[in-house]
Amino acid sequence: MLNALTILVLCQFAGEVTARSVSLPLPGPVVGLVLLLVWLLARRRAPGAELRQVSGWLLGHFGLLFVPAGVGVITQLDVIEANWLPLLVAIPVSTLLGLLVTGWVMQRLAGPEGDG
Amino acid sequence: MDKMFTLWVYLQTTPLLGLAATLLAWQGAVWLGPKLGSGPLTNPMLLAVLVLSSVLLLTGTPYAAYFQGAQYVHFLLGPATVALALPMYANVKRIRASARAIVPALLAGSVVATLSAMLIARALGASRVVVLSLAPKSVTTPIAMGIAEQIGGQPSLAAVFVLLTGLSAVVMIGPAMKLARIVDRRAQGLASGMAGHGLGTAHMLALSETAGAFGGLAIGCNGVITAMLVPLLASLIVSR
Repeated sequence: MLNALTILVLCQFAGEVTARSVSLPLPGPVVGLVLLLVWLLARRRAPGAELRQVSGWLLGHFGLLFVPAGVGVITQLDVIEANWLPLLVAIPVSTLLGLLVTGWVMQRLAGPEGDG
Repeated sequence: MDKMFTLWVYLQTTPLLGLAATLLAWQGAVWLGPKLGSGPLTNPMLLAVLVLSSVLLLTGTPYAAYFQGAQYVHFLLGPATVALALPMYANVKRIRASARAIVPALLAGSVVATLSAMLIARALGASRVVVLSLAPKSVTTPIAMGIAEQIGGQPSLAAVFVLLTGLSAVVMIGPAMKLARIVDRRAQGLASGMAGHGLGTAHMLALSETAGAFGGLAIGCNGVITAMLVPLLASLIVSR
């Protein structure tokens, strides 16, 4: 548990340091994600049970981790009230377009599905 | 009564209250959600956010006081984002096999979703900070908040937009895929993760494991692609 959490936090830390020192246009945790993936691939060995367990636990409760930021909506009520119409249109329409374009291009280019 | 009041005042100054309230609201929402049916409004995250927001507004508790405790949950978004490397690693063969399709699909989706959100909002008269905070709305929250901050948006506003985007994706993906005759599970999964991040992917994972795997992949890849694209697109649309 502690081992795996240390790996994840260290990757995030290394990602943060890398992103800021070379001023990458990426948030630290994303660079951390890439670093962990590169490390896993370079090691040529499946990640340990502990790391899989802790990651699975974190990702399985992804929704909980969004809650504190989501409650931040109460600090933005005036902005939302002042912009309700653009938001009401822009969010669903752009989401629908994103879904259709991604799905369509992927289906066109990916070839037969097979058992993969 | 006086003692109760002293206790309340004391609890308000410790992180304990915000942390306990967050966990309790989440557990309650997870328990209650399925009993309310299967619509998007039964999403545990949305339920927990609604309950906690109402409590804070009703008790007049400032967000900063709540966040003092909730930050411990919030912090875990960083390690959880790093942890997305594991599902990507587990699917690395499949990903390599269709890499030539994945990259253009995500690029096209990201450009279309970002541009359409910003252009529609601007055309309908949204303020500058709203337009900028909308740009990273398809990306998973920790990444979206980072991007919003970087381009001059408002991170907490971006987090709200991400939440609303995920919910829209959950509602629309079924009919949209049917209408456009997108039957490939990999394509459906990639679309759910691209447009609806974790919320869309969790929804698709319940229907198909393949779709879930490609959704997870799309969350990670789209985070990286969008983080690089958005500053560029934002500077094109919003003059500084």
